Amino acid sequence: MNQLNEFLRQLLFLPPQASQWARELDYLHYFVFVTAMLGAWTTLATATVFVFRFRRKTAEQSTPIVDPKPIHEAIFIGLPLVLFLSYFAVGYPQYVRLQTPPKGAMDVYVQGKKWMWKFAYPDGPNSTDVLRVPAGRPVRLLLTSRDVIHSFYVPALRLKQDALPGRYTQIWFNADRPGRYPIFCAEYCGLGHSAMLGELVVMPAEEWDAWIEQQRRGSQPRAQDSQPTAAEEPDLRGSLIEQGRRISAVQGCFKCHTVDGTQHLGPTWLDLFGRTVKLEGGKTIVADEAYLTRSMMEPNAEIVAGYKDKAVMPTYQGKLSAPDAAAITEFIKSLRTDAPTAEPQKGPIYVPVPGK
Amino acid sequence: MHTDAAAAPNRLAHHFPDMKTQEHAARMGMWLFLSTEILLFAVLFTAYALYRFLFPVGFEEASRLAHVAMGATNTVVLITSSLTVALAIHYARQGENRKVVGFLAVTILFGMTFMVLKGFEYHHHWVDGQLPGRMYHFTGLSGPGVSMYFALYFLMTGLHGLHVLIGMGLLSWVAFRANRGEFGPTYSTPVELSGLYWHLVDLIWIFLFPLLYLL
Amino acid sequence: MSLSPASSPAYNTPNYLNAEKGVRSWLTTLDHKRIGVMYLALTLFGFFLGGVFALLIRIELLTPGPTVMDAMTYNRMFTLHGVIMIFLFMIPAIPGIFGNFFIPLMIGAQDVAFPRINLLSVYLYLLGAAIAVWGMIQGGTDTGWTFYTPYSTTTVTTVAPVLLGAFILGMGSIVTGLNFIVTVHTMRAPGVTWMRLPLFVWAMYATSVIQVLATPVLGMTLLLVAFEKVFGFGIFDPARGGDPILFQHLFWFYSHPAVYIMILPAMGVVSEVVQSAARKNMFGYKAVAFSSLGIAFVGFFVWGHHLFTSGQSTFASGVFGVLSMFVGLFTAIKVFNWTATLYQGAIQVSAPFVYFMGFLYFLVFGGLTGIALSTVSLDVHWQDTYFVVAHFHFIMVGGTIMAFLAGLHYWWPKMFGKMYSERWALAASVLVIVGFNATFIPQFLLGNMGMPRRYYSYPEQFQALNVASTAGASLLGFGFFLILFYLVASLAKGRASGPNPWLSRGYEWNTPSPPNLLNFPETPVIDRGPHEYQDGPAAEVKHAH
Repeated sequence: MNQLNEFLRQLLFLPPQASQWARELDYLHYFVFVTAMLGAWTTLATATVFVFRFRRKTAEQSTPIVDPKPIHEAIFIGLPLVLFLSYFAVGYPQYVRLQTPPKGAMDVYVQGKKWMWKFAYPDGPNSTDVLRVPAGRPVRLLLTSRDVIHSFYVPALRLKQDALPGRYTQIWFNADRPGRYPIFCAEYCGLGHSAMLGELVVMPAEEWDAWIEQQRRGSQPRAQDSQPTAAEEPDLRGSLIEQGRRISAVQGCFKCHTVDGTQHLGPTWLDLFGRTVKLEGGKTIVADEAYLTRSMMEPNAEIVAGYKDKAVMPTYQGKLSAPDAAAITEFIKSLRTDAPTAEPQKGPIYVPVPGK
Repeated sequence: MHTDAAAAPNRLAHHFPDMKTQEHAARMGMWLFLSTEILLFAVLFTAYALYRFLFPVGFEEASRLAHVAMGATNTVVLITSSLTVALAIHYARQGENRKVVGFLAVTILFGMTFMVLKGFEYHHHWVDGQLPGRMYHFTGLSGPGVSMYFALYFLMTGLHGLHVLIGMGLLSWVAFRANRGEFGPTYSTPVELSGLYWHLVDLIWIFLFPLLYLL
Repeated sequence: MSLSPASSPAYNTPNYLNAEKGVRSWLTTLDHKRIGVMYLALTLFGFFLGGVFALLIRIELLTPGPTVMDAMTYNRMFTLHGVIMIFLFMIPAIPGIFGNFFIPLMIGAQDVAFPRINLLSVYLYLLGAAIAVWGMIQGGTDTGWTFYTPYSTTTVTTVAPVLLGAFILGMGSIVTGLNFIVTVHTMRAPGVTWMRLPLFVWAMYATSVIQVLATPVLGMTLLLVAFEKVFGFGIFDPARGGDPILFQHLFWFYSHPAVYIMILPAMGVVSEVVQSAARKNMFGYKAVAFSSLGIAFVGFFVWGHHLFTSGQSTFASGVFGVLSMFVGLFTAIKVFNWTATLYQGAIQVSAPFVYFMGFLYFLVFGGLTGIALSTVSLDVHWQDTYFVVAHFHFIMVGGTIMAFLAGLHYWWPKMFGKMYSERWALAASVLVIVGFNATFIPQFLLGNMGMPRRYYSYPEQFQALNVASTAGASLLGFGFFLILFYLVASLAKGRASGPNPWLSRGYEWNTPSPPNLLNFPETPVIDRGPHEYQDGPAAEVKHAH
């Protein structure tokens, strides 16, 4: 059975099966595929046999009028009806199961936004584009969108759900195979649609427990973040990173630069540090501390390719002290998609899921 | 000016066997066209039903801003115009083209009255800033669904008003032909079909009025 | 009804092509046949444009990253491809060309009921097409042909002209449908009872019902989007309490039946082709005729199967899933009856017949994948992936375009009185069918792998199948050019076909080829069903030349 499953899965180019639901869906998939091929080939074969048996012999050959008996049409209707309903009889309960999360499932809030995924765990940490879940435990996703419609799609889980602006939708899964699986956006959402990629990391349960514990400790000061507070700027002057964020805000950097990957007047700061940047004129440079500092002081010295027309950044020579510039650099360094970020949670706010 | 007998053969298009078939075809075409009109409005009625359901309070409060007196007057005006157009059809069948012209003129006048009153209503809403969506800036009432009410109000009455205008155009054209004495016992289809259109326009208003003004 | 002998005076009257001359006579013509020919030229131009964009898309997808264009251009390309193919070709082509040309011939009428409205539909098509194409090129519309809100109402590109263009094209579609319904009801010649209507007319009748009843909904919906985009009405804007899902419901209420506007005429065409090629009347005429109406009817109640993953209630998804299967049921009835028609027939393998065989296979496979998609749980994996893309191209290209080509080859001698090179036609048909398979079978597998649609770039594991698909598309494109080439050549140098080269007993062949100006010298009287071949050669029918 397992070998047959593996053979058919690879024959049909299906991705790995990371949950029991995915495996069961694939069984239905195989059944549907085999019957569809059989149906199409049988029809074509029958027609081909007729073509050879009943070739035209004379130009104006006459043929008998053959009218169907009711039994013929009954068979024509009955056969496919039985087949189709058998698909449905298997498929619909599966779908119902997918729509009904089990009690005690862990909730993760998912927010789609041009063009990234944000994940927020109820009591603490959040992350961008990387969703870590424990293997073997049910997880319920509560999805929404900040702008247009996105669709959260994990092929390995055979799972897809639209994220809609202004409301929550839900889906659940129980991934049982540790590993890393791609997340796609399946609903067209503009320029970055095909780059709106994420990663689902299924960790062994104990590892995940340890990880989340560490995250919670790290985010202790912001334990209140999941509440809708007006305080956008938590007082976290302690760390250099938070200092950098505060200074950037004061200096108006965010008028042109984003920290979440969104396109704006200037290049985004997300994942900027350490990236190889292509400059206007074809040269490339690695965005290190030196480059970042230089860009603050002499913005027009090295312009990133594609921003020539928008090179409106003033120099901050004299406005920024050296420690300030270092703090901003540290802040930029901290903006990474692959690590849960240090920025305060802007994620979804707790509201009951409508209808549930 | 009774030219029916002479004119009839010209009116038969070459591809129809007889006048009866041709008029049957025309009438059927008109009914099909009216069904498409109803489906056009159906979209707006669907949207109305959905948002009324989602924002019962907002819609109720916003509909109090509608000018019921003018709306009610308009309802009477349109219903009366349905009567006059029906009389025009009646006299067209009798061949009394002069009366046809008269009743059509009255109908068109009623249509104009309707549009003028509608214009006053629009003007009031415009001045007060009771406008759809992001243009809404009326300070007296806010809340979820209020601007949606005005979006639907303007869409529905606007589309309906456009139909009133088209109907007036159609009736003018028919009145022009009646003035030349074209209609009589054997030929009155254009009057009937334009009348049918006018009745539809009335019918839609009879749904719009309670939905937008009274509920 | 009998075919007038070649010596009769009717054959010497001018035909519809040469009765009047000059551009003006074409632009103001009320003749349904000339209007059909104008639609042929216009929709083929649309098909050419849409095809060029398809090839550009396929070229871009050769490599995982950027290949020949940037993301914005790519997004415009697939929008152009979708809008042009659907609104400028798939919906108007078969009704506009074959419907206009053959419905009156098949029911023994001199014209459609409203010739002036018929001409109006051509101009609406031209106007709508001009506005839409202009808008897409100037405004760079990047919404995809589905115009999903709130993307379409917030994108920086211009969308309103395209919406307006689609609205006008919709009006053209409505008046065509309205015209056909009235024509079939009122203009049948004596003896053409409902149960003797050619199956193509039945299919067109069902199509027209959908056109008349569904298109206004789309028109209004698109206008609402335009109002929202331009004036900010907020009907679909969640920030103002609007519901973006309402748009999807309204859009698919038209656009799913629109799929049947595209495929039902195709089913009608192959019904004619198979009867003529097998010299056999349709096995289960009534089943085939009524299943067309069945598809038109059920087609109005299945739109929700586009919303299985959008948060629609579980129960609604189940209902829409089951109802969608009934469409497959009605299609299956047709497929079995077409196949059974071959039994005890006298089959001649010609280009139209090869396309029929291709159609049969693609429709069954494409149709069954459609049933698979309406199996609610499977759709969760496939929704918005290349599997869906492959499925509807199997129906649209493998179904409708195969049938279009079958009809074009079958009726070409009737329309223009010329025969194309049959050898080239057979070669091209094989090329098209092979190219089609090579293009779209890899896309099914890509969908299985999980590649979402409308992807400008993709992870590397998807590349091999994408290259295969592009290779197939170039074969397919080459096949289409070959067809265009020999068909145009036949107009200049083809041999005269004679009135009835297939010796077919479809009613439309009872006229000269090309038909003369008023179709029939006098109103024909029909005394038997179409395509009845039981009594040997009809005495009057002569294989002229």
